[in-house]
Amino acid sequence: MRWISEHSRTTLLIGLALAGLLQLISGNLDVYYLNIGLMAAIHVALAVSLNLVNGYTGQFSLGHAGFMAVGAYTAASLTTILPEALPAIAGLKGFSLQLWFVFSTLVGGGAAALCGFLVGMPSLRLRGDYLAIVTLGFGEIIRVFIQSSDTLGGARGLSGLPPLTSPFTCVSLAVISIYICGNLVKSTYGLGYLATRDDEIAAESVGVNTTRCKVNAFVVGAFIAGMAGSLYGHLLQYINPSQFGFLKSIEIVVLVILGGMGSTLGVSIAAVVMTFGLEQMRNLNEWRMVIYALLIIVFMIVRPQGVMGTLGVERSRTKSKRKAA
Amino acid sequence: MDTFLQQLFNGLFLGAIYALIALGYTMVYGILRFINFAHGEVYMVGAYVAYFAASMLLPLFGAGWLAFLLLLIIAMLACALLGVGIEWTVYRPLRHRPRLTVLITAIGVSLFLQYGGQSWLGAAPRAFPTLLPKSTVSLGPVQATNLQIVVLVTTLVLMLALRFFVMKTKLGKAMRAVSHNVQAASLMGINNDRVISVTFAVGSALAAAAGVLYAINYPTINPLMGLMPGLKAFVAAVLGGIGNIPGAAVGGLVLGIVETFAGGSPLLSPYRDAIAFGLLVLLLLFKPGGLLGKATVEKV
Repeated sequence: MRWISEHSRTTLLIGLALAGLLQLISGNLDVYYLNIGLMAAIHVALAVSLNLVNGYTGQFSLGHAGFMAVGAYTAASLTTILPEALPAIAGLKGFSLQLWFVFSTLVGGGAAALCGFLVGMPSLRLRGDYLAIVTLGFGEIIRVFIQSSDTLGGARGLSGLPPLTSPFTCVSLAVISIYICGNLVKSTYGLGYLATRDDEIAAESVGVNTTRCKVNAFVVGAFIAGMAGSLYGHLLQYINPSQFGFLKSIEIVVLVILGGMGSTLGVSIAAVVMTFGLEQMRNLNEWRMVIYALLIIVFMIVRPQGVMGTLGVERSRTKSKRKAA
Repeated sequence: MDTFLQQLFNGLFLGAIYALIALGYTMVYGILRFINFAHGEVYMVGAYVAYFAASMLLPLFGAGWLAFLLLLIIAMLACALLGVGIEWTVYRPLRHRPRLTVLITAIGVSLFLQYGGQSWLGAAPRAFPTLLPKSTVSLGPVQATNLQIVVLVTTLVLMLALRFFVMKTKLGKAMRAVSHNVQAASLMGINNDRVISVTFAVGSALAAAAGVLYAINYPTINPLMGLMPGLKAFVAAVLGGIGNIPGAAVGGLVLGIVETFAGGSPLLSPYRDAIAFGLLVLLLLFKPGGLLGKATVEKV
């Protein structure tokens, strides 16, 4: 089974091949289910990237949707607002348009990564719960700024995004995120992330630069979230600031909690299952959020490591016992 | 100068509400070292309890001071029970778990109250009945409404009562001891569980008072009204130095004043909601202990 673990190159290739296959047969699939599938793939990328920060590095970010917003709005400015000024871009068609979209998505990811760096630098010196509030505040700041910017559509949102998100881009983003995050924490360098989570002081004392680990995890996570945001926007073809509010961040946090913090495979499965499951529960309306809340509470009391969580939680539990003694 | 004083007064009034909520955050943090995310929702529940109690009591007593005081007390008692209930059912089983687990659970409780409230009571805002007839009072150059003065006076009374409770009573002394060192306190025969329950009760009652005071001034309430004030009150608690009771009061007032001045300037007013968080980042960069907090050294 080793060759299908989340960090092997074979998995990456199989995943990309599947993405290509899905692209080829997508014309024959039911559009409704195809779109839910694409949303699931985007959620996989989001959950996996947040898991890098919350699960592997042991920080607690509540602002993931903020990074998504940065990515979505940056990419949308390149594909939707910029062509109005530059006819050369407006004339792009077919493959070159797809390339332009990929480029915009990467720029969106880059912008989100830059934000991740700017937020990360000061706030990652803070302890867990402060960090949660700062990242939450960051998400709110982003939202308020977009809301008061006329160029970006303000609170009305930005509509008319070209429908450029294809099955191939979505699934490959998901597969590549899994591959990157899976490999990162298995590398000698990435072990620093795990060490930072398990015992920050001990990690410092053996020479791990914990601040750098945290900031890097943040930047990589933000980069992927930014790209996912771009795909999300171009899938729905409409974005507005309230889509990227606190609740979206919570939604991603729930995926990570249910899947198991520190298990890339677990959170990917949780992302897919929850996206389809919630779609089935659509007629429950506002009770959906109540169910979300109960899931969080019950999981935290009964099984804090999630369905497929790793030993990290166990270890930190013994640590807290030691402190209490 | 007159506008300055007027804005300062408005800021004090907003700050008083933040301060009342912030006190609950800071007390719980001081003892259990975790952010009770659900605290903002207790504030919302306080306003709703007063709303429902008003619909029962107003026909009996009529609007006026008596009704206001009764509703205030009912809301505070109900929320004290709610706070203790939350602590009992949800936080107590998690007492010795990592702080992050408790934090996530607290977010869960907060979402549960918000959306449970929304599903149960409906998302539409409700009009809060008039308890005290509104009138304008001139205090020198400052124009105030009598309701704003009621808010300031009630806040002051509650803060003094809290000060008395924490500094002069036996239970308050126990509370200070537990926040200083949990193990040592229990070795001295203090019942930690009881102290923690009392802390939740007092903090939640203060939040409920803030909810009622808000409701008599801005007469609509809705199930999500606790989210933003809750977060900002937390910022206020950190601003004053978390765990420090006078700090929470100062932090709340400072935040209220800063926000009101920012709201009054045309340049900053669109970013009003972002200011609290910007302030938090700056503070954590330069003085992470808060305005009145002490710098702590982490022991290995």
